[in-house]
Amino acid sequence: MAISGTQSQRGGTHVSAAEAAAAFERRETRTRWLLSAPALITLAVASIGPLLIVLVYSFLQKNPNGGVFWQFSTDAWFNVILQRDIFDDTLQFADAHLSIFWRSVKLSMGTTVLALIFGFPTAYFIATRPERTRELWLFLITIPFWTNLLIRTFAIQEVIRNEGIVNSLLLWVGIIDAPIQMMFTDFAIMMGMLYVFLPLMVLPLYASMEKLDFRLVEAGYDLYATRLQVLRRVIIPLVKPGIIAGSILVFIPSLGAYVTPRVLGGGKSLMLGNLIELQFGQGRNWPLGAALSMTLLCIVMVALLVYVRKTSRQGGAHG
Amino acid sequence: MSTAAAAVEAKNVSKIFGAGVGEVRALDNVSVTIRQNEFFTLLGPSGCGKTTLLRLIAGFEMPTEGSILLEGEEVAHLPPFKRPVNTVFQNYALFPHMSVAENIGFGLEMLGKPKTEVQQTVDAMLRLVRMEELKHRKTSQISGGQQQRVALARALAPRPKVLLLDEPLSALDYKLRKDMQLELKRMQHETGITFIFVTHDQEEALTMSDRIAVMSQGNILQIGSPDEIYERPADRFVADFIGETNFIEAEVIERIGEDGRIRLPSGVAVSHKLASNAGVGSRVTLAIRPERIDLVRADGETHLKGKVDNIVYFGTDTTFHVGLDSGQSVTVRVQNRRGHQEILQVGDVVGLTIAPEAMQILRD
Amino acid sequence: MAKATFSVRRQTGFATIALVCFVMLYAPILTLMIYSFNDGTSVAIWEGFSWRWYERAAANEQVQESALLSLKIASIAAVLATIFATMAALATTRTRPYRGLTAIFAAINTPLMVPEIVTAVALLIFFASIKVATGYTGIAYLVAAHTAFCIPFAYLPIRARLESMDATLEIAAADLYATPWRAFRRVTFPLLWPGIVAGLMLAFVISLDDVVITEFVKSAGQDTLPTYMLGQLRRIVTPEMNAISTVFLGISVMVVALFFFMTRKKN
Repeated sequence: MAISGTQSQRGGTHVSAAEAAAAFERRETRTRWLLSAPALITLAVASIGPLLIVLVYSFLQKNPNGGVFWQFSTDAWFNVILQRDIFDDTLQFADAHLSIFWRSVKLSMGTTVLALIFGFPTAYFIATRPERTRELWLFLITIPFWTNLLIRTFAIQEVIRNEGIVNSLLLWVGIIDAPIQMMFTDFAIMMGMLYVFLPLMVLPLYASMEKLDFRLVEAGYDLYATRLQVLRRVIIPLVKPGIIAGSILVFIPSLGAYVTPRVLGGGKSLMLGNLIELQFGQGRNWPLGAALSMTLLCIVMVALLVYVRKTSRQGGAHG
Repeated sequence: MSTAAAAVEAKNVSKIFGAGVGEVRALDNVSVTIRQNEFFTLLGPSGCGKTTLLRLIAGFEMPTEGSILLEGEEVAHLPPFKRPVNTVFQNYALFPHMSVAENIGFGLEMLGKPKTEVQQTVDAMLRLVRMEELKHRKTSQISGGQQQRVALARALAPRPKVLLLDEPLSALDYKLRKDMQLELKRMQHETGITFIFVTHDQEEALTMSDRIAVMSQGNILQIGSPDEIYERPADRFVADFIGETNFIEAEVIERIGEDGRIRLPSGVAVSHKLASNAGVGSRVTLAIRPERIDLVRADGETHLKGKVDNIVYFGTDTTFHVGLDSGQSVTVRVQNRRGHQEILQVGDVVGLTIAPEAMQILRD
Repeated sequence: MAKATFSVRRQTGFATIALVCFVMLYAPILTLMIYSFNDGTSVAIWEGFSWRWYERAAANEQVQESALLSLKIASIAAVLATIFATMAALATTRTRPYRGLTAIFAAINTPLMVPEIVTAVALLIFFASIKVATGYTGIAYLVAAHTAFCIPFAYLPIRARLESMDATLEIAAADLYATPWRAFRRVTFPLLWPGIVAGLMLAFVISLDDVVITEFVKSAGQDTLPTYMLGQLRRIVTPEMNAISTVFLGISVMVVALFFFMTRKKN
């Protein structure tokens, strides 16, 4: 009797305990979803939702007066790389698009490489400063990072314009007798992007260099490595995550750059961002603009995926 | 039902973290009764479930199965802020944005006590932990030992029915820890509150507790007073975890009722009380404390015989490692007041004698 | 001469490149600032010191209006984004993984991953159809767009602060009879406050600086300071632009400096 009594009592608490725990967990998860709701709704309305609409638009028929006809079509995606000849209806590569694609990739890679060449020594320099001044140097890199991109582009424009500082100076000294045309060239765009995105290279590089254990560098020297060998065989492999992070962080916004090529490239030197805008403006080909946007987004996502893969593998090696 | 309800009663409590492959059974059908006004210690290595049990009593976790009774009332599913139980955290968890006094008064304030009462209790608590002059300091401006006292005062201020202490002394240095052990004992005595203390330090457990529960892998292996746990460990784990122990295998050769005879590895037979399941021919493990073994001349009457392998001097005592003929090594500790061990040298053959009551037969 | 001592940390030429970098970063900005005080109309030939471009910029009605709109949008968007980000940070930190956690996390960070121009055209399409449907062309579109892309920036420091916070403090509060709401009010919130302020400042600067999304979302006649400047850059530039930029930079730098020292102090 007594035994069966405790048995049933035990069974009773067993069930209610498990149920109560599950109910508690459900409540907790619901609360967390509710707390996230305002942020999620805002993002759904003003970021994620519109992106899905772009995806839909890329599969619609263009309305030559702007906008779309609600009719399924793969023309836009087709037109990203191919075009039909107006006269003989044969398929050709869309040279205009492809050359802009190619220029975007080329300029972005060029910017990334330049940023690495300048950024690596700069990050190293900051990381090897004494504790006190390191903060100040880092602050000096951070300031341009948070200041207006348009103003920084404007500042660069003032330097390289035909009537700008560089040309005025060269003319005044007498090295040249006509201003060098730098504005509205690929060079100008690359300079501008290097200028505005350089901090994005320096900051992650610094983050991994700050963690660098200099006893490893000492060990390198102890084992007869020269400075260059220590750099190549010890330092660079150790800060590789920073190099990857910095390169991706410069490459992605370069590829999608809009303001810098618009201001410094004028109408002549277009990049992907300007090509997209063109389709929504004068081009009046919204579906093509949408398809181009999705293409850009895909390239960026692939780059991010590579980044996540690389860094998570790095993390896995540590754990 | 007993007339005076136990302070805390855990009945068939299990706690499982995670699910599937990652499932961890932190507590496995644990039952324990903690009496009113006792200093009860949960002792065990890290990961044994002692902190989980404490957190279940505090209400920071909910049991997967079973019930927890506080003075006879089921509390397993009450949130922590509805349980008359307070905790001293391992890292103290003092609110860094509040002063010492604000920290101590926090619980009373939350209970909605009038300001004057809060003030009075805070002052009384500051006196209890001898911290009156640091009342208005920020908690970041006081030392580790002082933070400990504030944490204690803060947990005692609402006069909980049970005070839970989660390894509160582990962050203190040796000297301070010794002082705090005595302080804690004093405070438990003065306040009359039931203390449940979690530690992995067996010495701490032995010196402070009224009763100890030794835990391992989510189970309670033995509950008893410090001397019971030390002198009569129930199994190999308890014997090994608490103090130093020699384990010697023996064989049951005779049995009449509870009385029997066992044969030691040396062939010597001794009389011993036997558990019911140990039949003739079965093997048993004896736990023998090093200080309960005497070194004697090898040619006299001895229980075991061996050769001195190593001598380690410890000040108050000397430890001899004696290699038996069976190859096993036995540790013998001798107090440094007699003179004869000085003439012993490594390589000498010695005899060992052990009082029968010092041979504890372990549960399998 | 004494022999130069060997330094393990030195790499040949690195310091020089670094200094060139710093000069490269600051020279254009400083030049821009200096010429804002130029008495002449050129941004290259120095003709003496004067405040005239500042006076002119201050008297320019378009500048006044766009600056006001910039501040209005940045203030509203930053406050909203910070409130939402704080709630989201509380929901996504210090928890065992629950269903949807990764999805929430990814959603919050979308604006950081998607190229601005793509978001801009997406919003253009979406808001344009709403504008046609409702006829409403006010600043709500800009506020919504800014709030959305400010959320991840506000979220970052708040989340960082929460994760570095000792979780036992709230458990201790609960242990001392504080209900969840009172534990939040008395313990979590005061400790989280520096993170919230940092998030607010970041969101404010990010909103203030935005050009691309604003340019695509704004209705006719609406201009923030950056889009006004973008329009002006196509014309002959006078030092008035330099003056506006200098004031703008001054405000940004002040906010960033404040943010920098606030977050550094706490570490």
